[in-house]
Amino acid sequence: MEVIAVENLQKTFGTLEVIKDISFSVNKGEVLGIIGPSGSGKSTILRCITQLERVTSGTIRICGDVLVTDIEHKGKPQSQYADKESQRQIGLKAGLVFQNFNLFPHFTVLRNITEAQVRVLNRTQKEAEEKALVLLEKMALSSRVQAYPCELSGGQMQRVSIARALALNPEVLFFDEPTSALDPELTGEILKVIRALADEKMTMVVVTHEMAFARDLCDRVIFMDNGIIVEQGNSQDIINNPSHERTKAFLSRFQ
Amino acid sequence: MDKLLLQMLKGTVVSLEVFFLTLLFSLPLGLFIALGRMSKNPFIKTPVQFLLLVVRGTPLILQLIFVYFAPYYLFKVSYDRFTAVIIAFSINYACYFAEIYRGGIESIPHGQYEASKVLGFTKRQTFFRIILPQVIKRILPASGNEVITLVKDTALAQVIGVAELFRIAQTASSKEFSTIPMFIAGIFYFVMNWVVSVVFIRLEKKLNYYK
Repeated sequence: MEVIAVENLQKTFGTLEVIKDISFSVNKGEVLGIIGPSGSGKSTILRCITQLERVTSGTIRICGDVLVTDIEHKGKPQSQYADKESQRQIGLKAGLVFQNFNLFPHFTVLRNITEAQVRVLNRTQKEAEEKALVLLEKMALSSRVQAYPCELSGGQMQRVSIARALALNPEVLFFDEPTSALDPELTGEILKVIRALADEKMTMVVVTHEMAFARDLCDRVIFMDNGIIVEQGNSQDIINNPSHERTKAFLSRFQ
Repeated sequence: MDKLLLQMLKGTVVSLEVFFLTLLFSLPLGLFIALGRMSKNPFIKTPVQFLLLVVRGTPLILQLIFVYFAPYYLFKVSYDRFTAVIIAFSINYACYFAEIYRGGIESIPHGQYEASKVLGFTKRQTFFRIILPQVIKRILPASGNEVITLVKDTALAQVIGVAELFRIAQTASSKEFSTIPMFIAGIFYFVMNWVVSVVFIRLEKKLNYYK
């Protein structure tokens, strides 16, 4: 089953074409890695799917629901979004973990995870807390429930933010360079968590600069440059034996 | 001497009334002005910017006179002096608070809005539950400055004949050819601001639980 389907996605900022014409899909339980040089449009794809950016044109479907598609308007193609409420509902199916965590500094770890459950999903405080405690246990953070984000290490903050996203039971979880703000030791912590999620068959899309991680953990990898997909396929094949010159040049720096 | 002190205490009550009523109205009004100032709609933003320019660009003493006398000269209606003081002070302070709020709101990292959006919070929830609490912590020191200034500015109410603390001290001084009443008034203002400072230090401490 397709959880994410992206067709002919384009995104321009002013005159700058950040995403030129991209299509891909992600199946249930699959882990997709997106790699490529900075500025190639990797993060912008995630931001379009999670509605932090408006697409210029193209279709995005999440679990079969159309978030945005092109329609004919007075003879011209035009981008058409689903209505506000559908946008919100569709948005809740996709969680996003940020590079710099974006935890709420004025809430405890627990409240960071319960707040949206209570306010957005209308769960009771008790249900939300139970859910949060289970997730924190999984993230090995049971001892930091009442801590504030400023008292945590970067790795701990990122694990809280993963728990915060998982608490809403998303169908798919997006990671936008989840380890780029962390040192190698803390990076390992986070990669372990993502690996555990992969073992549970969580559908995930990971934008990353960790090539070994992309190769070992992702089922498939997309290599992007300049707003287009240069190459995509099985992660082992792409990272060990890239066929395209641009991919080879990019990957040669990592090996 | 007892009589003088009693009079000055009455004046202090008037000063405190001006102080508290001004805060009561200007703190929320400032938030609306700040939101108007940040609006993307030019029909809201431009008039608000103009208001800020005029209010912050002219003396409060002049605004007091204008608010009290303009309705009389324009429409031949006169109204209560005290009400005029509260209106002028509230608008004036709201404009200063508005700019403090705006600075605070704009200093909140964009990621906070993005995280809220992805988690499905509505715009209202995002503002009141995520952004505003963080703004309050950030603007406390600057707001403390304004509030301390307000205590001293209440003395301006006398220009349209409201008998607040300073006016009474001045009258007593000239009646008795003595600077002592003025000196006592100074102590009164100092004590009031001492309390304000302590309150703000406590508030800052209270919000110190996170960075």
